[in-house]
Amino acid sequence: MLRVLARRSWRQLQWRHHQAAMPFCSAVLPDGIDRSSDTFPFNSAAVQDLISQLQSNIRQVLGGGGPRAVERNRSRNKLLPRERIDRMIDPGSSFLELSQLAGFDLYEESLPSGGIITGIGPVHGRLCMFVANDPTVKGGTYYPITVKKHLRAQEIAAECKLPCIYLVDSGGANLPRQADVFPDRDNFGRIFYNQAKMSAEGIPQIALVLGSCTAGGAYIPAMADESVIVKGNGTIFLAGPPLVKAATGEEVSAEDLGGASMHCKISGVSDHFATDEIHGLTIGRNIVKNLYMAGRGENSPPSNSYSYEDPLYDEKELTSIAPVDQKQPFDIRSIIARIVDGSEFDEFKKYYGTTLVTGFARIYGQSVGIIGNNGILFTESALKGSHFIELCAQRNIPLIFLQNITGFMVGSKSEASGIAKAGAKMVMAVSCSKVPKITIIVGGSFGAGNYGMCGRAYSPNFLFMWPTAKISVMGGNQAAGVLAQIERSNKKRQGIEWSKEEEDKFKSRVVESYGREASPYFSTARLWDDGIIHPSDTRKVIGLCLSASIKPHPEDTKYGVFRM
Amino acid sequence: MALMSLIIRRRFPVRTPIGRANPSFSILRLFSSSPLASAAAGDDRGIEKILVANRGEIACRVMRTARRLGIGTVAVYSEADSAALHVKSADEAVRIGPPPARASYLNASAIIEAALRTGAQAIHPGYGFLSESADFAQLCETEGLIFIGPPASAIRDMGDKSASKRIMGAAGVPLVPGYHGDNQDINFLKLEAEKIGYPILIKPTHGGGGKGMRIVQSPDEFVESILGAQREAAASFGINTILLEKYITHPRHVEVQVFGDKHGNVIHLNERDCSVQRRHQKIIEEAPAPNITNEFRSHLGKAAVSAAKAVGYYSAGTVEFIMDTISDKFYFMEMNTRLQVEHPVTEMIVGQDLVEWQIRVANGEHLPLVQEQVPLNGHSFEARIYAENVPKGFLPATGTLHHYRPVPVSPTVRVETGVEEGNTVSMHYDPMIAKLVVWGENRHAALGKLKNCLTNFQVAGLPTNIAFLHMLSNHWAFDKGLVETHFIEHFKADFFPDEVPVETDVAAKLSATIVAACICEMDFTTLRKTIPSGNSLLPVWYSQPPFRMHHAAKRIIELEWDKEVTGSFPMTLKLVITYQPDGNYFIEIGDNDSPGLEVKIMHAGDRDYKVDVNGLQSNVTLAIYSKERSKHIHVWHGKHHYHFRQTVRLEQYNDDGLEHKKDFQARSHPEGSVLAPMAGLVVKVVLENGSFVDEGQPVLVLEAMKMEHVVKSPRAGYVNGLQVAAGQQVFDTTVLFNIKDK
Repeated sequence: MLRVLARRSWRQLQWRHHQAAMPFCSAVLPDGIDRSSDTFPFNSAAVQDLISQLQSNIRQVLGGGGPRAVERNRSRNKLLPRERIDRMIDPGSSFLELSQLAGFDLYEESLPSGGIITGIGPVHGRLCMFVANDPTVKGGTYYPITVKKHLRAQEIAAECKLPCIYLVDSGGANLPRQADVFPDRDNFGRIFYNQAKMSAEGIPQIALVLGSCTAGGAYIPAMADESVIVKGNGTIFLAGPPLVKAATGEEVSAEDLGGASMHCKISGVSDHFATDEIHGLTIGRNIVKNLYMAGRGENSPPSNSYSYEDPLYDEKELTSIAPVDQKQPFDIRSIIARIVDGSEFDEFKKYYGTTLVTGFARIYGQSVGIIGNNGILFTESALKGSHFIELCAQRNIPLIFLQNITGFMVGSKSEASGIAKAGAKMVMAVSCSKVPKITIIVGGSFGAGNYGMCGRAYSPNFLFMWPTAKISVMGGNQAAGVLAQIERSNKKRQGIEWSKEEEDKFKSRVVESYGREASPYFSTARLWDDGIIHPSDTRKVIGLCLSASIKPHPEDTKYGVFRM
Repeated sequence: MALMSLIIRRRFPVRTPIGRANPSFSILRLFSSSPLASAAAGDDRGIEKILVANRGEIACRVMRTARRLGIGTVAVYSEADSAALHVKSADEAVRIGPPPARASYLNASAIIEAALRTGAQAIHPGYGFLSESADFAQLCETEGLIFIGPPASAIRDMGDKSASKRIMGAAGVPLVPGYHGDNQDINFLKLEAEKIGYPILIKPTHGGGGKGMRIVQSPDEFVESILGAQREAAASFGINTILLEKYITHPRHVEVQVFGDKHGNVIHLNERDCSVQRRHQKIIEEAPAPNITNEFRSHLGKAAVSAAKAVGYYSAGTVEFIMDTISDKFYFMEMNTRLQVEHPVTEMIVGQDLVEWQIRVANGEHLPLVQEQVPLNGHSFEARIYAENVPKGFLPATGTLHHYRPVPVSPTVRVETGVEEGNTVSMHYDPMIAKLVVWGENRHAALGKLKNCLTNFQVAGLPTNIAFLHMLSNHWAFDKGLVETHFIEHFKADFFPDEVPVETDVAAKLSATIVAACICEMDFTTLRKTIPSGNSLLPVWYSQPPFRMHHAAKRIIELEWDKEVTGSFPMTLKLVITYQPDGNYFIEIGDNDSPGLEVKIMHAGDRDYKVDVNGLQSNVTLAIYSKERSKHIHVWHGKHHYHFRQTVRLEQYNDDGLEHKKDFQARSHPEGSVLAPMAGLVVKVVLENGSFVDEGQPVLVLEAMKMEHVVKSPRAGYVNGLQVAAGQQVFDTTVLFNIKDK
């Protein structure tokens, strides 16, 4: 606390020093907030509302499956999934939880956090991906979104080479929804495919069986490199006692059929016997402690020294900057100034293609290349973006995309300037560059702008949204306009009269549906992102993501054919 | 020699700890202020090098004075003590044998050889070991070495309790009725006992310190007690003769410090009260004795001087009296012909260094004071800090001093210690850790200082009696000076309450809260220090507070509170910590309605913290170590000291959890099992398997810490599973046998 204060006041001093002694020091960004503008108080209040709403939604899902289910869980000497993770990660360390609002308003029944908790945290100083079933939510069964969230966690782990720790306590696939859970490529079976592939790649797969592990679920510990099972609570079987009885007539208790003792003594399906859950979690920690991944970055020298300055400006002010109204322009540099070390930003091609801001900075001492939108993308902006991405890939510098983009410029002049091929260059560069990429959608994310700025389809290592984010192929009004035009010509061809009223109604329906689907909740519920973050947490979240994404051995980037 | 004294005076004018200690004392009188002394002990160069034939605090204390006087020091050490403080404190040190005292510190010839080898002219025996061996004193003389102590003849006269009483009786010193004769026949002694009248006290004729003493309440216990006393006497002192005395039911133990020179002068330096005892050993001593008149004091002193003169005494000695609080009479008990453990309280009130006096007397100098010049200045207490298990009947304890921070010394506070942090208290020697000596202008002031020092005296790693001493010194009856030998027994209910008092409970919870915050802070700093290299961003994960998406990070710490005083089962406190954005900790105790506390760690050092709890700042010290598969946490804050355990879960189990029962068994023994109360040596097995025992009947005898412990049957039944034999070493909690119905 004192430390923080001391650092902060020192920083303020230094800030004054910057102001006084180095007024022309271009590297240090100015504050960038116009506090006297008319929109400033309005915007702050509006963002605050959005954050309150976000926090109330989060509170709902943090309660898991509700008080009764939680109580039942406790009575079985079981912890809740987040508590399990808390006990496994290094005491007092951070945990980057992903997609807390997965499944939000997605099904008729509520499915808090999609029934599964995923995220990254350190165990004995090694970052691990946690995948923890929530048995208080529908018995921990897999809904389609549960599968998607599980697979996303595995995808991140595979990309970032993070050991996976599965805290298993699940009834398996949700049977009524089997059609959307079982058969397809990215369905339930993919979990085990991923386990096999990651294990083959030397990414440790560790399963802790803390509850039931039935049917398909049984393969999670079975496919793991090492597994732990808790006496009394943990069971692993392909078919539970009722199904066994129905199939063969054999009457057997769950513990005898697939309990800890049986699996550790006889079947060998599990490797470690835990007398209770806490013991099991401690064994899990020990397994990670003993992981020795020879030649996998274990001994690589530190790339940077750990010393950095906090931004000069208060990160909390990001809530006042976040744009509620996409039409109101603001300088993306005011966000960058609150994210990067010492608010220092060395801009690249500052005076060319000015609607895209590019430059180098450091975050917690780590070099990053930042690409942020300051308006519509023009041909020059796209070329500048492609150039900058190539530069970072060449130098193995991670990329941070700050998205607030309504799209590429349209119109004859634009098309004639070859904006399509300029955009294609940017997409090519984004797709092929093999450096860690982190995307934060702070405002709009529309059309091909989403692509060029490393949207979900471009597999950034992480993608987070601010509560102010909006995502769709184009704006609601534009879409309504386009659709109405098509509709009108259809009607005209059929000789049907279309009144102004009807057209307005049609348009407002489209606007309304676009508005709903562009909401960050709609996106995050479907896992189009990795979560909605508090704007003030942006620097922190980027830091954690960078830490997880940095590879000990950089990969070479190879591009396809750039259309010149 | 006179020249020598002058030189010493010039070089070390008033630098004794005591002289410096209290300016209010009359200036320390060094010998040289008295008329010229002459060297009597053969060599007129005087003593230039002293071998200290002892260990622990007394060896250190003797060497301190020697060094101040410009005299070289030689330590002797057993193999167990090669790195001990007394060895480090000496100019030279000689190894004299294996750990058991009999083979080292009691090995007279090895010690003499060490003295000759190093060229020491004198041997200071300290207390215990060879300090009261007339043979050793004689041997020194034969070998041309100065024995810093009384003449061998006086040791012999006073060492034989029966002989000493005869001499004292002749000199007119009052005696307790008893039998002090040579006839050691058990039946004869039993008849004598009946003549004196029960209760009877059995004592070895040689030795002291309560070893081998037995109280016999009724004739049917007599034989067993006699045998035990003889055996213990033989083991400790090599001679098994005993004597009988009337046992006084409400006695005080008052003793007089006497000092004589080789010119026939004997004076006394006032009395000490050493009544507060447990297991017949002193734990708090004070000088002067409370609630006695000057007239009584002067009678006592005169009797003591007569006693000393009757045996031609010189050097430091103590004449012990038993004072009957009912009749206000006092009787001669024994004379200890050595410097005693509690001599510092006398030093504090008379402003003299008694070790210096001993050395000067050994050099043949005159006593520096005449009786009328002896001051009595203020009041002094000594508390003996022992490694011991208070709730288990004050049984001696062993272990490692993982944390040892005595109080800072000052002009009025002395800490006499022979150990350092990291040392072990072994079963080979006396388990005393330190002596805390305080001085005040009057008893009230001194007692206040004692209490304060006891709260700040920090020891962790083994059980100690500090909390008990603190309780004792806070007792109303002690405050009034109503001391007597049965003080602890008498107020047992106050010292060993069945229930933990409410305020203790509240303070324990506050302590646990502080501990939890300190653990979080500590983990934070250690984790950041131990982050592996390779990922320069990894520290981001260990920020304060830890990051959570849209909620505050929480942590649960479970602490087991050992209610040491009551000895009852530990209580588990579940602490729920919520990390606050500003780096503070909000801590609630689970299953408790009391509101949470906001704790802020202002400063964290190695073990010292500055902690703010709801706006109240205090200094906190934490000592953490691992022992017996759990993490032990001691916390000191304000006047509180609590001990918690945090179970290290993984280590609690064997690798093969399926076989964890064995471990468990060690804790839950079948009913009727009798465990060794402490580590020690089996000296005698009284009964065999299958024999019938009554409740309380002795089954076997253990010797540990030089004391015998009779292991008795917890109930009537048949002895079963007895596998130990005499001469066998057993460990704490070894199952010795069990008692079955059939």
